[in-house]
Amino acid sequence: MTVESTAARTPRRASSGGKRASASAKKTASPGKGAAKGKGAAQGGEPELVQLLTPEGERVENSEYDRYVADLTPEDLRVLYRDMVLTRRFDAEAVTLQRQGELGLWPSLLGQEAAQVGSGRATRADDYVFPTYREHGVAWCKGVDPTLLLGMFRGVNNGGWDPNTNGFQLYTIVIGSQTLHATGYAMGVAKDGADSAVVAYFGDGATSQGDVAEAFTFSAVYNAPVVFFCQNNQWAISEPTEKQSRVPLYQRAQGYGFPGVRVDGNDVIACLAVTKWALERARGGEGPALIEAFTYRMGAHTTSDDPTRYRRDEEREAWEAKDPILRLRTYLEAQGHADEGFFAELEAESETLGKRVRDVVRTMPDPEPMSIFENIYADGHALVDEERAQFAAYQASFADAPVNAATGGEVK
Amino acid sequence: MAVKKLPIAKAINESLRRALDTDPKVLVMGEDVGKLGGVFRVTDGLQKDFGEDRVIDTPLAESGIVGTAIGLALRGYRPVVEIQFDGFVFPAYDQIVTQLAKMHARALGKVKVPVVIRIPYGGGIGAVEHHSESPESLFAHVAGLKVVTPSNSSDAYWMLQQAIQSDDPVIYFEPKRRYWDKGEVNTDAIPDPLHKAHTVREGTDATLVAYGPMVKTCLEAAAAAAEEGKSLEVVDLRTISPLDFDTVQASVEKTGRLIVVHEAPTFFGSGAEIAARITERCFYHLEAPVLRVGGFHAPYPPARVEEDYLPGLDRVLDAVDRSLAY
Ligand SMILES: Cc1ncc(C[n+]2csc(CCOP(=O)(O)OP(=O)(O)O)c2C)c(N)n1
Repeated sequence: MTVESTAARTPRRASSGGKRASASAKKTASPGKGAAKGKGAAQGGEPELVQLLTPEGERVENSEYDRYVADLTPEDLRVLYRDMVLTRRFDAEAVTLQRQGELGLWPSLLGQEAAQVGSGRATRADDYVFPTYREHGVAWCKGVDPTLLLGMFRGVNNGGWDPNTNGFQLYTIVIGSQTLHATGYAMGVAKDGADSAVVAYFGDGATSQGDVAEAFTFSAVYNAPVVFFCQNNQWAISEPTEKQSRVPLYQRAQGYGFPGVRVDGNDVIACLAVTKWALERARGGEGPALIEAFTYRMGAHTTSDDPTRYRRDEEREAWEAKDPILRLRTYLEAQGHADEGFFAELEAESETLGKRVRDVVRTMPDPEPMSIFENIYADGHALVDEERAQFAAYQASFADAPVNAATGGEVK
Repeated sequence: MAVKKLPIAKAINESLRRALDTDPKVLVMGEDVGKLGGVFRVTDGLQKDFGEDRVIDTPLAESGIVGTAIGLALRGYRPVVEIQFDGFVFPAYDQIVTQLAKMHARALGKVKVPVVIRIPYGGGIGAVEHHSESPESLFAHVAGLKVVTPSNSSDAYWMLQQAIQSDDPVIYFEPKRRYWDKGEVNTDAIPDPLHKAHTVREGTDATLVAYGPMVKTCLEAAAAAAEEGKSLEVVDLRTISPLDFDTVQASVEKTGRLIVVHEAPTFFGSGAEIAARITERCFYHLEAPVLRVGGFHAPYPPARVEEDYLPGLDRVLDAVDRSLAY
């Protein structure tokens, strides 16, 4: 199956990096080079983008990228469709839960399903992902239980999962930081001689941060096997991409010495193909690549944002016509790849997922007050011990909250 | 006399408006400060009235924002920069600490960098991580910076006027959880100097020293203590660097007891500095050691336990009891 499953993979190459050519030694033709033709398109226009499935649901040929999706079976396509539908459902459920006061905040991915599922499904189980805070669809593809993503937005933890279980790092709130971590991790992968790769996710706004520029520099200089996956959803809170850059974002890569490609971010097949291309290059020792997934955030930046202050409804409506899920459905139906039974079953599965998400969130326990002192140092710290004991004694001074002053635990 | 009742956020907005109006060199810069009016709407309407050249939506890059503000200041402008949340000032920390704070000294006093950096800070709003921190001592420790924080609308208005007029860089911390608290602002007043602490409640048994968001908590604690027959004096520091030790000293000489309250971790925090200096100055007046109430040596916790982390009424009163027990 072309769509990578999250099951364990065969062992990595054991050699120590010998397969990785230096950046200068290998000249890779960038399939994205044609995209530079979109001259003068920096201001709002759309330079050529890689598209394999039109908004009308028609498959178009692409001599450079078709080979990455040539062996996609109807079952694979249904997997992609299912991923997008369930991710959207999960996201909608989270938005509703926020409205009901069950979550403090939620960054919706509505509209970005194809970018996330296409790129996420292109990764192998041993590829490592460094997300920002909106990558719920990538998490899904990496096999992370979606309910784990809700803890930090409910306010019960500041992360909430073991990043190593699925190769999916914790959400990162400070914009751009994770791109450097991804680069360093990829440098380690190369040093180990492993043949996996790393994907760093970030938004269009993040490209303005120094950290992202530094990640580009380091990854190029060390030829690190990292794919930079920028979801250009057109807005950084209230600021359009033009407030971040005067050139199309994918063109940034050129200045650092690696290829950049703009892909239709609402086309799941193209996102899959282009990410596979970039991952294969990275694994083959050809270094980093930048993918700009040209997409749109259909909702607000987060549930506390008010997009009516800065963007017009017509813009959203224009993008609705490019919906990533609808176009794949049209294609599946036209090809006879999915029948009514499939869609009905998926609908039922959606309902089940929604209910599970609601149930889990509503019964998520608040952390114990003493948990404030947990996991601050790996080695322990005398001051933390002292403050923990003081706080426990303080808590114990309230008649209704018996706490064991020695351990800080609740008295059972 | 123009006296208005304004929430703190609106007082800051009016203060910025006045500064933009009176001095063409004043600029407002930051992420989302224009059309959106900032994530807290503090800059609401300013771009509409003063244009995109004066109220500037910047790229998403804090180091870039502060670094270019330094350059603009060197060119004679007075940039007022907004950092969206406390936890996001750190990408700019290098520019603030290594450049902004030291320019004046390095140039033998020949250049001035009148940059104001507004930072909404502190917790209690149920946010995710990096949105609730109190990093004031990290700035107060750096020579060359002034660090101030209003606790009410009048100070929010006037201290910002003074910060903008100051030829020094000023870190202006805004108590975000008090943004919607209303208070009177007299826009014709002649305000106290920027670096003067205010005694906001008189008392005789012990002194509570606080600033920013904790002033309200301390006033509430003092009111609760009064019901138990304890008389607490409350001093609003208003400015952390420089710090008005004279006002604190005068109060401690009167009450003999001092409790410093802030949200930031107590370890190496501003309370430690106050305790040390006041112990030096008032050793023979003190009836008890100076106590501190603040955050723990722990990362700011998730929202659902933040009330346990933040100093509240009970923790302040607990410290008062411990002080009085000496
Ligand atoms: C360093 C930093 N500055 C500011 C913020 C506040 N903030 C959160 S999201 C955001 C916009 C991000 O836009 P973009 O990178 O395009 O990603 P998107 O949310 O659109 O996916 C901002 C300014 C932050 N989280 N970190």
